[in-house]
Amino acid sequence: MPLNMIVCCKQVLDPEAPPASFKIDPSANKVIPPPGVPPVISPFDEQAIEAALRIKDQQGGKITVLSLGNNLLRDVVKKPLSMGSDELILLEDEAFEGGDSWSIAYALAMAIKKIGEYDLIFCGRQAADWDAGQVGSGIAEILGIPSVTVAKKVEIADGKAKVERVITDGYQVIEVTLPALITVSNELGEARYATLKGIMAAAKKQPTVWKPADIGLEPAQVGAAGRRTKLLKLFQPVKEGKCEIVEADTPAEAGAKLAARLREVKII
Amino acid sequence: MAEYKGVMVYGELVEDRLSSITTELLGCGRRLADELKEELLCILVSDKLGEAPKKAIVFGADKVYTAEDSLLKEYQTDSYVDVMEKAVKAISPRILLFGQTSIGRDLAPRLAFRLGTISSMDCIELSIDPGTKGLQQTKPVYGGNARATFTSETFPQIATVRQKAMSPLAPDESRKGEIAPIKLEMDPAKIRTKVLETVKEEVAGIKLEDAQAIVTGGRGIGGPDGFKQLEELAKALKGAVGASRPPCDNKWVPDTMQVGLTGKIVTPELYIAVGVSGASQHLAGCSGAKNIVAINKDPEANIFKEARFGVVGDWKQVLPALTEKVKELLAG
Repeated sequence: MPLNMIVCCKQVLDPEAPPASFKIDPSANKVIPPPGVPPVISPFDEQAIEAALRIKDQQGGKITVLSLGNNLLRDVVKKPLSMGSDELILLEDEAFEGGDSWSIAYALAMAIKKIGEYDLIFCGRQAADWDAGQVGSGIAEILGIPSVTVAKKVEIADGKAKVERVITDGYQVIEVTLPALITVSNELGEARYATLKGIMAAAKKQPTVWKPADIGLEPAQVGAAGRRTKLLKLFQPVKEGKCEIVEADTPAEAGAKLAARLREVKII
Repeated sequence: MAEYKGVMVYGELVEDRLSSITTELLGCGRRLADELKEELLCILVSDKLGEAPKKAIVFGADKVYTAEDSLLKEYQTDSYVDVMEKAVKAISPRILLFGQTSIGRDLAPRLAFRLGTISSMDCIELSIDPGTKGLQQTKPVYGGNARATFTSETFPQIATVRQKAMSPLAPDESRKGEIAPIKLEMDPAKIRTKVLETVKEEVAGIKLEDAQAIVTGGRGIGGPDGFKQLEELAKALKGAVGASRPPCDNKWVPDTMQVGLTGKIVTPELYIAVGVSGASQHLAGCSGAKNIVAINKDPEANIFKEARFGVVGDWKQVLPALTEKVKELLAG
C-alpha cells in the first residue's frame, strides 16, 4: 500500500566542523559560519529521510521534503531529493529566521496542513544546532496526531506503524495508528548516499517556495517574532586547565609512565 | 486567571523507588523554591507508587501529588500527557522540571505544546532572576560547542534537566510533607499507541552511569577486536567500557555503550579516552568526569583540550603497557 510521507529537514552549520573553528558573535547572539565550511542537512534529519526511503522501497509511496529557513542553499536542501525523495517544499523567507521550537513547529505544521494528505511524518530526533528535540512532538501536537520519538526501526502493516523506540539500555516495540509522526535516531543505521541518477533527477526539480502568507500566517506569528522563549545569551564557556602530555622514548614507555603519573596524583 | 506558584518536579521511578534523577531534580527544585519562597511540589505517575511518595518528601518535597492507575503501568505519550495536562491546569506551578531522560525527552515537549508553551531541553544550570522572578535556563547547544541561556514568556516555565547536572539534598527522614492523590478519569480509547514489547539490552558488569572508572574507545579503535583490550584495562580499574558514536554506528559495539549528547552522561573519577577525537557531542557525555586522560596519535585532536593527562601515540602500543603497569600498581 503506497504511503504519503512528509519529512522535515533542517539546514544547519556542519556539526562535523572542527571545534576550533566554532566562533560566536556575542553582540548578535549568533554563530559566525566558519569560512569554507558549507552547511549541511542536520544528520538526524538525513536518517529521517532514510526511514522514509526504506518504507518507499518496500511498499511504494511519495516523499515530500519540507525545509524551513532563509537563504537555503539549493545544493544542500536538494540532497534529500538526490537520495530518492520526490518533492521539495521550502518555507523560505527572512520572517522565518530566528525562531524557537514553538514558531518553527507552528510554521511547519501549517505547511503540512496545506500539503493536506499524509500517512506519516518523519523528523530527526533533534537538530544539530540547538539540540532541543521538540519540533517533531510539537508538530504532532498541533496537528492532533500521535507521535513516537527516537525510532530505530519503522515498519508498516495494516494501516499501523510498528516502531522500535530506543530507551535507556534497550528498546520498546510500539504500535501506533496512522497518520502519525515519528522522530528518528542514528540507531536506525547509516543514511544512504545520493546516487548519480538521483542527483541528476534532483537537478531538474524546482522546489516550491512558500512565504508566511502562503501558509496562512502573519510575519508576527513566525520566526523570531513568533517565539515563546527568549534567547538571553549565546556564549562559549571559558576553558581552563591544560593537558599534561606524558612523553617518553617509545609509546609503550609513555603508557607505563602515564600509569605511574596517575598513581602519583592518586587518581588510581 | 490562576496564579502560577510553586516549583513542580516530575519524578521518575525505577520499579517503585525514586530514580536518581528524581532526587537530583528535587535538590535543584528545593533551591529554586527557597529562592522564590514558594513550595516544592513533586508529581509521581505510575501504576504502583509504594513508598516513593514518602521518599520524595524525605528528599525535599513539600507536597507530593500521586497519579496511580493500572493504565499508567508503562510510559505512553498520550496517557501521560493527558494526566500531566490535567495536573498542571489544576495546580498551576510557576516552574515545571523534568529529567532529560527517555521519558522526559518525550513527555516535556508534547506536554509543553499542549499547554501553549515550549520546554528548554537538557539544562545544566537553572537560576531565578531576582528582578523578574523568571527562570533562567542554560543548556549546551551546537553539539556542546556553546551554551545558551533562555527565559520563557509563558507559564508554566518548563525545563528538562541533564542527568548528574544537579545534586540531591541529603535525605531527611524527619521532613514533613503532604501526599495528595489526583483523581483520574482514564480513557483507554484516547491512547493511540500500544507497547507490544520491551527489550532490555544491558551490557554485563558495572553500568556506565555508576562506574568510577571508564575506558572509552573511539573511531581509532578500528573494529570490535580492539575493544577487548579496553575491557582488560577497565577490568583492572574495576570500571566499565564505553564508546563514542562511530564504534556504535559501525556496529563494533552495542548502541547502549554510547557516551555522548544522545547517549549516556557519565561522571566517573577517571575517564580514559582511547582513539577518541573529542568531538563536542562526545564531550557532552563525559565532560563531567573528574579526570580525563586521552590517548590519540593526533596531537591536534580536540580531546587534548579537555584532558588533564594525555599520551600522543598509537593506542595499540600505548595501551598494553599502560594496562600492565596499572595492574602492577594496583596489585602492590
